[in-house]
Amino acid sequence: MEGRVGARVQLVGKPRARLGKRLAPYLLTLPGGLWLAIFFVIPIVFMLSMSLQTGNIEEGFRFTWHFSTYWEVLRQYHTQLARSFTFGSIATGITLVVSYPLAYWIAFRGGRHKTTFLFMLLLPFFVSFVIRTLAWQFILADDGIVLGTLKNLHLIPQSYHVLATSVAVVSGIAYNYLPFMALPLYVSLEKIDRSVVEAARDLYASNSQVLARVIFPLSIPGVFAGVLLTFVPAVGDYVNASILGGTRTTMIGNIIQQEYLTNLHYPRAAALSFVLMTVLLIGIFAYARALGTRSIEEYI
Amino acid sequence: MTEQPIDPSVDPALLRGLTQRRFSRRDMLRYAGAGASAAFLAACGVSGTAPKKSPSGASPSAIDYSKYYGDGKPAGILNFENWELYIDEDAKGKHPSLQQFTKETGIKVHYRTDINDNDPFLNSKVIPVLQAGQDTGFDLMVITNGGPVEKLIRLGYLIPLDHSRLTNWAANVDPKTKNPNYDPGNVYTVPWQSGFTGIGYNSKYVKEPPTSFGDLLKPAYKGKVGMFANVYDLPCPALNYMGFDIDKSTPDQWKQAADLVTKADAQGIIRAFYDQNYIYKLEAGDIHISQAWSGDVYIAAAPKDVGGGRVPGGEVRVPERGPDLLARQHVHPHPGTAPQRRHHVHGLRVPAGGRRDDGRFHLVRVPGARGQGLRPEPAQGSGRGQQPSGLPERGGPGPGEGIQDLQVAG
Repeated sequence: MEGRVGARVQLVGKPRARLGKRLAPYLLTLPGGLWLAIFFVIPIVFMLSMSLQTGNIEEGFRFTWHFSTYWEVLRQYHTQLARSFTFGSIATGITLVVSYPLAYWIAFRGGRHKTTFLFMLLLPFFVSFVIRTLAWQFILADDGIVLGTLKNLHLIPQSYHVLATSVAVVSGIAYNYLPFMALPLYVSLEKIDRSVVEAARDLYASNSQVLARVIFPLSIPGVFAGVLLTFVPAVGDYVNASILGGTRTTMIGNIIQQEYLTNLHYPRAAALSFVLMTVLLIGIFAYARALGTRSIEEYI
Repeated sequence: MTEQPIDPSVDPALLRGLTQRRFSRRDMLRYAGAGASAAFLAACGVSGTAPKKSPSGASPSAIDYSKYYGDGKPAGILNFENWELYIDEDAKGKHPSLQQFTKETGIKVHYRTDINDNDPFLNSKVIPVLQAGQDTGFDLMVITNGGPVEKLIRLGYLIPLDHSRLTNWAANVDPKTKNPNYDPGNVYTVPWQSGFTGIGYNSKYVKEPPTSFGDLLKPAYKGKVGMFANVYDLPCPALNYMGFDIDKSTPDQWKQAADLVTKADAQGIIRAFYDQNYIYKLEAGDIHISQAWSGDVYIAAAPKDVGGGRVPGGEVRVPERGPDLLARQHVHPHPGTAPQRRHHVHGLRVPAGGRRDDGRFHLVRVPGARGQGLRPEPAQGSGRGQQPSGLPERGGPGPGEGIQDLQVAG
């Protein structure tokens, strides 16, 4: 009798469990899916539509399949687009070079103070992005604390300036996006099994060989994530160029902002945004194919 | 290979069905999807801001003010959006004029200074918001004469001022600031401050006072020159400098002016194109000479106890071909969805005779002919400075020049 009841319970419960099992993945992806739909797909579609419209703010914009806007903006702003990718690449390279030893030192030599060191790394970033950039404007002012002192000591010419140059903009971007590189690097370095490093030493590998042939390859996922997290926002950044830059450091983000907010040329701004996003996506896919999809073992 | 004749007994429709590619359900879905996407893309249009019929130039008596102001009872709070530096300020950073206004009217003032250029402000915080029928959050804002104000009037985004509540405006305001061509009868605008676009510089670095736009192109100031970024104040002085009549200027002349500036830029002479932030660059020593709005430099060069002290050696000069006159105008943005914004504001009063004898800060023009320096002076019952004679005006709006009195309260 008991067995029969148990069997019935099992029979009743099974379809429910099966249904729940079937629905679980959909329910789990629902919040993310909705998020993507509302905050990514709809704005992208709207932006695509806007880029193909013609008109003005007073008469309104109408959808006319006006593809030539793309060619117009590319012809007019290709310099700023190329400059954005150049600045973004250089800044990403700088953050990698600066962050790697830093993350390595914290992960391997930080001991019980790792958390403190990480907090120290992140501390300036509790301050607003714009305020931090403005602080650099103050520090790098022509007659400011650094250059003013050097000028007073006659170590640099009076006309020398850093602000309003490419150096200032790239440095600002590199500084502002440093944690986006340092943190993934730290996580990947922290996860490295120390016994692998010990094994390399047991096999008479020198320090540089351990770094080049064991540690660096194992930290590639961190490099991959860090480069993505730094490069993408760096290319689209406009704050550093507008605060630290000059007439010849304008980036594509500044142009998009100007087209949207000053000129009210929404289709041109949307077309530029779309071009930027497309070029970035192509670059990211190529990069992911080259680096990101390999298994770790392939690097060893 | 020769084509086989079609058997006439075979139904052509059947033949087509047997030989041609079929329209599958998947195709149908695909085409329907593409059609729906195209329709969706087309539906994403942005409706325009069709110019509304506004009572521009209408006699104040013809305007139904209750439509805009209801019963006219003050709401108790005034949200005032202004340009930085364009108000009196004491050593504690307070604004005596606003304090006095509150004392006299009981209306509290939420004062903000988010404007540092017209177009970026209007195009980001005013026009799109009003276009969506929403509330800007501002009861009163200060916009420069000419294009920006004209655009707001044309779009129907300003509400008319009830002149019956501007108790002493008509009697006391400088006649030159009345009845501008972009707002006949001052239906929407009353001047807040006026000045000119000239050449500002720090006399600590620039020993020879500039006389024209051409001074901004000198290689001697390489990397230390600022220019305006907006579409009015950069090209017009350049055109003026080149001897072109702005009102009759041609595209070719604009191109020549653009080439002039571009050449200086290529030589590294121009540091950057600025909004009002140029004044902070002048303060930091990053630029030594710049296109400037007179009011900014006056206040930046004024003594610290009256809110100045930023650029002690600051000077501003009228270009020899004449200044581009400007007037910062008080306007009321349309209340959008916030009818409570319709009330108040009309307590702003112009001091009798345009002068204030309370010893507070005045900015006055040093009497003199065109091109003579303009300096700030602390008010000691000095009143309004003299008007320069024979100065051309920007596009004919007709604001007074050189008056920097704070025309609120009194």
